[in-house]
Amino acid sequence: MDPSTSSDIILDINGEKRSLSVDHRTTLLDALRERLDLTGTKKGCDQGQCGACTVLLDGHRAVSCLHLAVAAEGRHITTIEGIAEGERLHPVQQAFLDLDGYQCGYCTPGQICSAVAMIEEHAAGWPSAVTDDVRAEAAPPPLTAEEIRERMSGNLCRCGAYVQIVEAVAQAAGAGKEAAA
Amino acid sequence: MREFGYQRVFDVAGAVAQLGADPDARFLGGGTNLVDLMKSGVERPARLVDVSHLPLGRIEPTEDGGLHLGATVTNSDLAAHPEVRRRYPALAQAVLAGASGQLRNVATVGGNLLQRTRCGYFTDVTQPCNKRVPGSGCPAVAGEHRNHAILGASGHCVAVHPSDMGVALAAFDAVVSYETADGPGELPMAEFYTPVGETPHLETALPSGALITGVTLPPAPVAARSRYRKVRERASYAFAIGSVAAALDVRDGAVHDVRLAFGAVASRPWRAREAERVMTGAPADAETFAAAVDAELAAAEPLPQNGYKVSLMHNLVVAVLTELREEASR
Repeated sequence: MDPSTSSDIILDINGEKRSLSVDHRTTLLDALRERLDLTGTKKGCDQGQCGACTVLLDGHRAVSCLHLAVAAEGRHITTIEGIAEGERLHPVQQAFLDLDGYQCGYCTPGQICSAVAMIEEHAAGWPSAVTDDVRAEAAPPPLTAEEIRERMSGNLCRCGAYVQIVEAVAQAAGAGKEAAA
Repeated sequence: MREFGYQRVFDVAGAVAQLGADPDARFLGGGTNLVDLMKSGVERPARLVDVSHLPLGRIEPTEDGGLHLGATVTNSDLAAHPEVRRRYPALAQAVLAGASGQLRNVATVGGNLLQRTRCGYFTDVTQPCNKRVPGSGCPAVAGEHRNHAILGASGHCVAVHPSDMGVALAAFDAVVSYETADGPGELPMAEFYTPVGETPHLETALPSGALITGVTLPPAPVAARSRYRKVRERASYAFAIGSVAAALDVRDGAVHDVRLAFGAVASRPWRAREAERVMTGAPADAETFAAAVDAELAAAEPLPQNGYKVSLMHNLVVAVLTELREEASR
């Protein structure tokens, strides 16, 4: 007996329940863009390598191109459209504007979603690959430019706006200009 | 992509029963490798059994002083866990050295062990590949093999295993536990991956239809002073061209205990037992470290494009062991 190859699902996106029927092959990225008119999330490589499609799943950043829509049912999904509070920009959004953290802007929604969650990961004490001492007794690492670059390495910017992106993330994290220097 | 059915399971027995003996069904965890391979046509499952909601997401101490990692623990939770960082720091470092924050948040322990090689011939369905289509040939042997194996390969396949986590697990004698319809079982890391030989399409000793339920780290005091270092072609977010997980206990100037495993040099995480044998009891100095790594690499059979890996691994391992020794003397 062939199993059904599509499902009726409800996705919880930016606090709103959206019902749709999906072919199981549909990625979360394609469901957002092609079915739900949420085109802020961008398709770059579609292979999990560029980060343009980054969204938050239960508050954790993830690439939506490698996540099946049917597998996302039951998760709280936050896209770039849900990052601001009404007209009030999230501090990361404001910092990208203030510090010119983009050129063409295509990677920006993914950069911002990634940075929002990354700052929380850092605040929770998560170490990174450039953290000198990962042992639990060690002090949490300051969010230096080196730490920001490593933690944001899953988001590529083909325009090469990295210098300003690092500054924007540092400002938003409250790390200040010194850390980004 | 081929059409497929999707089922979500909530208990281990249900997962094993759902998969059954269906060769066209796959377990879906974080999906970071499987979904990618489905897009490229390397994997063509008719059914996915979503195991990401199984109650296997915990890290717990074992009675003998080890640590048990549930199969659905994410890479991020593994690397951030205080006991992992305190007792097996090289494991936390290895996990952090792999992929990106986005991928580590969904990728799981079980999936990490079962991820497939990134050999460009394996992932390109227009090319022959003995791992993907048994008997079709291996273009890498005479083709592009700059990042391929120098140890334990065969003329049938020279691909490397891409895992960083697995290298640390191999160094620390981790044991993989699994469940089948016939009951549970265990495989130590040393036996988990099978030799390449003439069957590169057979990668693990897991029985057909088995579900990985977790990984147990035995107590290893030496692991508290350990490091993972990865060499790659850019600073971050790339697979290794060579890596090492090392733990070192020096007493009275001599090597009391040592653990060494190499990554990106073989079809599996490569436990360097010959190097460990040479080092144990010997003076903890540069000569010993060099002799040990050379003893391990004596078995290396580099290809025309990847001879650099022999000197890369020599320098890498000596450097990391030297750092660990200096750390111990502080």
